[in-house]
Amino acid sequence: MPAATGLEDFLSALRANDVEISPAEAIDAHRAALAVGFADRRLLKDALCATLAKSVADERRFDLTFDRFFRRAPIGGHAAEGQVGPFDLEAALLADDGPGIAAAMESAATEAGVSDIRLGAQRSLLTRRLLDLMGMRALEARLEALRRGEAGEQALADRLAKSRRDLFEAASRYVGAQAEVFTPETGRRLREQILARQKLTAIAPEDRQAMLALVRRLARRLAKRYVRRRRRRKQGRLDVRATIRRSMGFQGTPFEVVWRRRTIERPKIVAICDVSRSVADAAAFLLLFLYCLREAVERFDAFAFSDRLVSVDDLLAEKSIDEAISLVLRRIGFRPTDYGRALADFFALHEARVDRRTTVIILGDGRSNFADPRLDLARRLSERARAVVWLNPEPEPYWGQGDSRMNDYRRFCHLARTCNSLAQLDSIIDRVLAAHMPS
Amino acid sequence: MEAAIAGLAGVGYIASRRIATALYMATQLEKPVLVEGLAGVGKTELALASAAMLRLPLIRLQCYEGLDESRALYEWKYGKQLLYTQILKDHMGRQLADAPDLGSALQRLRGTGDLFFSEAFLEPRPLLAALRAKGGAVLLVDEVDKADEAFEAFLLEILSAFQVSIPEIGVVRAETAPVVFLTSNNTRDLGDALKRRCLHLHIPLPDLELEGRIVASRVPDVEDGLRRRLVAFVHSLRELDLRKPPSISETVDWARALVLLNARVLEPDLVRDTLNLLLKFEQDVNAAEPRIRELLAASGS
Repeated sequence: MPAATGLEDFLSALRANDVEISPAEAIDAHRAALAVGFADRRLLKDALCATLAKSVADERRFDLTFDRFFRRAPIGGHAAEGQVGPFDLEAALLADDGPGIAAAMESAATEAGVSDIRLGAQRSLLTRRLLDLMGMRALEARLEALRRGEAGEQALADRLAKSRRDLFEAASRYVGAQAEVFTPETGRRLREQILARQKLTAIAPEDRQAMLALVRRLARRLAKRYVRRRRRRKQGRLDVRATIRRSMGFQGTPFEVVWRRRTIERPKIVAICDVSRSVADAAAFLLLFLYCLREAVERFDAFAFSDRLVSVDDLLAEKSIDEAISLVLRRIGFRPTDYGRALADFFALHEARVDRRTTVIILGDGRSNFADPRLDLARRLSERARAVVWLNPEPEPYWGQGDSRMNDYRRFCHLARTCNSLAQLDSIIDRVLAAHMPS
Repeated sequence: MEAAIAGLAGVGYIASRRIATALYMATQLEKPVLVEGLAGVGKTELALASAAMLRLPLIRLQCYEGLDESRALYEWKYGKQLLYTQILKDHMGRQLADAPDLGSALQRLRGTGDLFFSEAFLEPRPLLAALRAKGGAVLLVDEVDKADEAFEAFLLEILSAFQVSIPEIGVVRAETAPVVFLTSNNTRDLGDALKRRCLHLHIPLPDLELEGRIVASRVPDVEDGLRRRLVAFVHSLRELDLRKPPSISETVDWARALVLLNARVLEPDLVRDTLNLLLKFEQDVNAAEPRIRELLAASGS
């Protein structure tokens, strides 16, 4: 059924535009289209929108894709199917047969698989393939022959050459429009996959925006999962003792059932983030991650330090994300690190923030510029807190080399890991939340 | 589609095309509709109006944190079961008296035991009631985002197959699939599984013309000129950066108040005195108050 293939094309265009569509939803879309028919485009749009778009953002993308897609081609079969016999490009060009050429282009495009375009770079290849299928090679050979011929044929050759140029432009416009419908998000997705595995220190400036979006999404997902965990733990169990005690009033019949309510322990995260020169490149992202996590976890304290330690809670709470990060970096960032000093600051001012329900996450490289690392304070921290997790952007072989005191600090950590890409950050934080969160 | 719009209008709900289409698709595909939108844009109202239009009973389930199966689906009438066992105690004792040994007594008891887990002792809650309604029903699961995720997962079975399994009785299947509306205020993201099973409908704030018609249908007493101006004023309020911009229900309330106060024109003083009907936060009122004159001028009154 031609209409069905048209609809399939539209679905893959939607998928390329980041509207997720499962096979079940695709079936629904077909059923919806059958129910309302293809005649009324607005009705079709509303009906498909109801079945396919699952959020407000989806709806926006849906509207955009729908308009782009159907500006291009009428749904419900290709015009070319009515055509008989092979298409004669030369005759069509000379006769200036617009509809015929358009129809031929449609069918050649289907054959060339133009709607499978996934990257902008495929454009010229597909344009060429499209033109070949329309009979461009034969036309070129003919042109060649005409040029060698007499004067009368030269005029014809000129006309043909001009039409050929127009045709070429039309074809690349057509492929361009297709690319607009089918490629915008796949390219981005590919880049994001690469970015997630890239080292935080080696991200090119032009990729920063994409990276920000990625971090934000990651933090939200983690936060969501974390909330879920907390909720599940809240459910009560049967309190047998209380139930039997109450049943005394009813001659031993357990008339009133008592459920044990777990008193909810309120878990807490304290994050301490190194923003000194040595981790400068990673610092912005670590801060960003704190920012996102803060929005999600209820009780969350964030600190940043290079030589002195300050609380950045208020900053993160009040300012917008970019402002907050640049302010933190400007105020205390990029100075030589002093872990001992920072720990001392923490204990002098904020010791009460850490108790047995607190998970402490330290983000930093453990390079203390040969200052006293104050391992006694690190020990005290690990005794007070429920868990201390250290995420270090450097790979493990570097720990302990030069001024790094990481190997000393790691003794007081429940978990110490290298973390220099988003993919690692994701899996580690997830494990932290699972294993070290009080339940 | 026009019929659906007209039908909804007939019961006092002015629907946009997209809303009407979603309702039509819901009945055609037998799928639940997930309705999203700001508070007060008429999500719940849509379910009420659809029930009135389709002449089906409306069964409503209000979700809240901690809502569980026993509140939403069914519950055994525990008290009644106990009471009956107490009353029938002697009778059962007599029945069992002539049993030769424990084994056969148990056998006999097992036959009667199931009595207590039968329909007679089943207390249907909204979901079960909707499934069992003869001739269909409109089921409104209000503010599904307030319920726990566990409950959301539990809804899946009911929403995709319109059936539910009760261990003691068996599978209850709906004879006529109910028309289901789920509403959400987006206090949290709903799971993908749930979204996939639903048609999605987002009700935006209406444009001037549509809102004018809604006010006209809800508050027929309001005079045309005043109605146009008050709707325009509300629209200009929405342009401000407010914590909670007024939605349709607030506009309707305000129109009602203005009719009660016998207002003919929008005087700045009158607006100031009735602003608390439109804005529900102190900060919003404070932000809007000094600009009333300016906004009134801008909205052409």
